[in-house]
Amino acid sequence: MKTIALEQAAALIPDGTSVMIGGFMGVGTPERLIDELVRRGTGGLTVIANDTAMPGVGIGKLMRAGLVRRAVVSHIGLNPETQQQMIAGKTDVDLVPQGTLIERIRAGGCGLGGVLTETGVGTVVEKGKRTITLDGTTYLVEPALRADFALVSAFLADYLGNLTYALTARNFNPVIAMAADAVIVDAEHIVPTGVIPPDHVMTPAPLVDYLVAH
Amino acid sequence: MDAPTLIARRIAQELRDGMLVNLGIGIPTLVANYVPAGVQVFFQSENGLIGTGPVPEEGMRQGRLTDAGGRAVTALPGAATFDSAMSFGLIRGGHVDMTVLGGLEVDVTGRLANWTIPGKMVPGMGGAMDLVSGARRVVIAMQHCAKGKSKIVPRCRLPLTSVRAVDLVVTELAVIAFPDGRATLLEVAPGVAVADVLAATGAPLIVRDDVHPMPLTSEAIS
Repeated sequence: MKTIALEQAAALIPDGTSVMIGGFMGVGTPERLIDELVRRGTGGLTVIANDTAMPGVGIGKLMRAGLVRRAVVSHIGLNPETQQQMIAGKTDVDLVPQGTLIERIRAGGCGLGGVLTETGVGTVVEKGKRTITLDGTTYLVEPALRADFALVSAFLADYLGNLTYALTARNFNPVIAMAADAVIVDAEHIVPTGVIPPDHVMTPAPLVDYLVAH
Repeated sequence: MDAPTLIARRIAQELRDGMLVNLGIGIPTLVANYVPAGVQVFFQSENGLIGTGPVPEEGMRQGRLTDAGGRAVTALPGAATFDSAMSFGLIRGGHVDMTVLGGLEVDVTGRLANWTIPGKMVPGMGGAMDLVSGARRVVIAMQHCAKGKSKIVPRCRLPLTSVRAVDLVVTELAVIAFPDGRATLLEVAPGVAVADVLAATGAPLIVRDDVHPMPLTSEAIS
């Protein structure tokens, strides 16, 4: 794990790359990293996340700045700007059932090729997908998802990079921390190693590549 | 009594001690206000919380504690938090005993459409498809009609949420279930006649001999 300045962290992310971003309606999103990407104008991004938050909040800032070419999300209902960009053809939006999305990411981080799920069978979600019937139940074959970068928001990070999350700000964060080639963490508090007891570590240090300095 | 309150008070009758329950946004959220006395239920928010409590008092808002609609909530003593993979494992894995969701259309076989109106409203399905496919029991809370048109239809024209039939539909007029895949009238709201329900419903309903008035949880406890 390397500790780097915010500017350096955002500079690691080139235009046109894929980024998984933590957060649920803007709760548990690494806002400082988002702000810095907006300041740099890093564009053409593929964003994989639960949702695009609200206008001007969290991932909504990337949307407003026109930096997202493709969004793989479960929900855009609270962000009319995403809907407008989708209709205008500026952003491709892949809508994925929330449970399927997080499980595809989990599979990507756990060395699995994908998952079988009943969710979406017989609906528009099935379009273009294979199905498999096992013991009389039909499942959709949903492929694993990975990204070039994961942008993680943590509550505590220790000097080694062990992480904990707070309350409902956990959401996608520990799952995306398994599923990207480079994991960049913005933590609310950086604390001495040992402050987080072993049983409380939610993301072990070796998964973290970069911790954004305070 | 307004329609949402009536619907919530009827659905509260479905709550049993020890249940894990997921409430959707809108009318379903109101069900939490009418938990019968002596019944303890655990409410799940699919963003990662069991033990969701009421909206906090002014000045006590915690930005990292929200429900699945992004509203600030509280966590009751004994609450638990977890990540989204576990949250949807609970849902798909049959650990959620009941979900209460809104509806746009329900057809005569119990199939639900509740996530999009193509060309008008494309919010994304969020967790709705997983909840309808995975929860042990699916209860729909919706007004009987929208703009004068029945929301119970011969066949859904809107995109389906799941091919799995829902278990119960509660409106301000009636309670409808789907035994053997056929819409069946079980209960009518206070002051509503069977004929009123049939007239307001845009699809055939089987009327059981023992149709009776809705039981309602009486008092709001908050």
